Amino acid sequence: MKYVDEFRDRGHAETLAGAIKRTVTKPWTIMEVCGGQTHAIVRFGLDSLLPERLTLVHGPGCPVCVTSVSLIDQAVCLASLPGVIFCSFGDMLRVPGSRGDLFSVKAAGGDVRIIYSPLDALEIARKNPDREVVCFAVGFETTAPAWAMAVTQAKQLGVTNFSLLIAHVLVPPAMEAILSSPQNRIQGFLAAGHVCTVMGYEEYEAIAQKYRVPIVVTGFEPLDVLEGVAMLVSQLEEGRVEVENQYVRSVNREGNRPARTIVDEVFEPVSRAWRGIGEIPASGLRLKSAYSAYDAEQKFERELSQLTIGIEDPECQSGLVLQGLLKPMDCPAFGVRCTPEQPLGAPMVSSEGACAAYYRYRSHATSKV
Amino acid sequence: MTVHDNKPFEQACPLPISAKNTVQLAHGGGGRLMQELIQDVFVRAFHNPMLAPLHDGATWPMEKGTLAFTTDSYVVHPLFFPGGDIGSLAVNGTINDLAMCGAKPLYLSAGFILEEGLNMGVLQRVVNSMAEAARAAGVPIVTGDTKVVDRGKGDEIFINTSGVGLVPAGVRVLPTLIQPGDAILVSGDLGSHGVAVLSVREGLTFEGDIKSDSAPLHHIVADLLDSGIDIHCLRDLTRGGLASVLNELAVAAKVGMMVDESTIPVNEPVRGACELLGLDPLYVANEGRFVAIVPALQAEAALAVMRRHKAASLAAHIGMVTDRDPSMVVLRTVVGTHRVLDLLSGEQLPRIC
Repeated sequence: MKYVDEFRDRGHAETLAGAIKRTVTKPWTIMEVCGGQTHAIVRFGLDSLLPERLTLVHGPGCPVCVTSVSLIDQAVCLASLPGVIFCSFGDMLRVPGSRGDLFSVKAAGGDVRIIYSPLDALEIARKNPDREVVCFAVGFETTAPAWAMAVTQAKQLGVTNFSLLIAHVLVPPAMEAILSSPQNRIQGFLAAGHVCTVMGYEEYEAIAQKYRVPIVVTGFEPLDVLEGVAMLVSQLEEGRVEVENQYVRSVNREGNRPARTIVDEVFEPVSRAWRGIGEIPASGLRLKSAYSAYDAEQKFERELSQLTIGIEDPECQSGLVLQGLLKPMDCPAFGVRCTPEQPLGAPMVSSEGACAAYYRYRSHATSKV
Repeated sequence: MTVHDNKPFEQACPLPISAKNTVQLAHGGGGRLMQELIQDVFVRAFHNPMLAPLHDGATWPMEKGTLAFTTDSYVVHPLFFPGGDIGSLAVNGTINDLAMCGAKPLYLSAGFILEEGLNMGVLQRVVNSMAEAARAAGVPIVTGDTKVVDRGKGDEIFINTSGVGLVPAGVRVLPTLIQPGDAILVSGDLGSHGVAVLSVREGLTFEGDIKSDSAPLHHIVADLLDSGIDIHCLRDLTRGGLASVLNELAVAAKVGMMVDESTIPVNEPVRGACELLGLDPLYVANEGRFVAIVPALQAEAALAVMRRHKAASLAAHIGMVTDRDPSMVVLRTVVGTHRVLDLLSGEQLPRIC
């Protein structure tokens, strides 16, 4: 398949892995920011091709994983309201809040629907004028333009029974939060290619210089990840600190101007709590006042005000995992009290969650094959 | 009977209720309407000498040998999808379950649970499709049942089919016969059925023509047996796809399995759709594909037999049974690394980005 097979070629993978092995002379710890990259690394066993002195840690780039318990609780509350059609991307449905997940709302008779695009949700609202359609707007900079588009179209069309419960988060503030932590051990980043497709990588240049950390914008196929790692370790070994772009077929420095424009038109930054990490200033998005009629938190303020805020399961160490301070398999609950069937935290749910990826592909030690 | 004062008495007979174009509760009530439904829809479509007496059950003289007996229920939505519908699926699925036991399918039963208000034309299309599938497969539907449930208590049509088959003398096809060293064969490209149904259900359109692979597989199995292939085990790749089936078999036979990702056939449109949605085709449902575990020395001969059939023209040798890592399936990835191919905890969920 074009644009896929050429980036999964075994010969090229071995060549790149060989180049990385020859380049690395010191121990380095690098983080792949995006859950899609974590998934590719584990699905294709890419870490087994890398030298032992190179440590990969998995970053907070899975939107499902970092959505706070209180937001999930709000979603469960709104989805349970009579007359509400609650729309969500599929992998949010199994994430546990403090009182169940969206699947359990569906099982109890709630109208919870999986959507594939924000515009599908708008269509549902148009077809059901007597119902309130509430959407769980989850994601990074990648999905924000589509939600912005849905909101502007709703306004143009005069659709009023449509609102968003917004859990949107931004990547650069999270990278800064990790770098400014006293426990930080990350020496270089593979930045998330899809996020940069929308946003470009200008904003990473200041981060690289401020924290003296090289950053390589990297794609998601096996050869993308290996090439990104090769570029990053070259910088580290040579003592360079630059923002480089491995994912040139998709990303340029400015990003996608029309997409950025519509996001700026509709959303503004807001402080947001990340699951397991805590509050990070200006790390989320909320609707600007011109679009506040589409904000579910305002529309359903009365219903949500009666909600007692839940807390995360204290046994879940996802915060440490999401900051790269703990490998999933080193968590005492991993595979014992925390499994995809009974997850304690979100990283065990999403296919892009680090814990789920390890459980699915690494849960058993295999003999050498 | 009440005669309304403001209405003149009508001498003309009212239209018979059976002419109505929807299923009524009375169609399951045991009275005349039900008899009409049975005669006009079911018997007309399925007619065969064993069904004709319309007795409580079908009877036939027994041959010596081993019987295979299976049942399956079909609740797919939408009822019609590219490459098939709930009717043909209900026939082929049960035939395939019999074939996977090494049996020659003989007879099927059909039980219908219809939702009140179902369009009679839709029912007729489904029943005709079942009849056509049964005729094409040479396996008659010899007994049946119909129930009608209140509107809102069903989902248009649910179908249960059971099937009886005869296992030829000397044939044993069982997971416990799987041995280290055996070859793992798959009968064709994976994932078309699951993606075809998903695309209609969710209103997604993909490039290329993605049709369900729904097909009866018993002729392929019979051909393998007739060709002298010592089949150790067969399993159709329905819900959960190839990955789930290999895990079930590895556990049942207490063996390891080693599968080479680059040899597993998946067609381009299905791969594209799966990449887009974040689904793994190895876990997507099929309705006309099976895995065959055969002695390694017979792998090429078995593939040649399978490829003679249209439904197995892309049959491939994808791996081998090992004595390492019992009960575990290991995948050699396209980039040459190894990882566990595990069971999913539930359905695959389309991802956010």
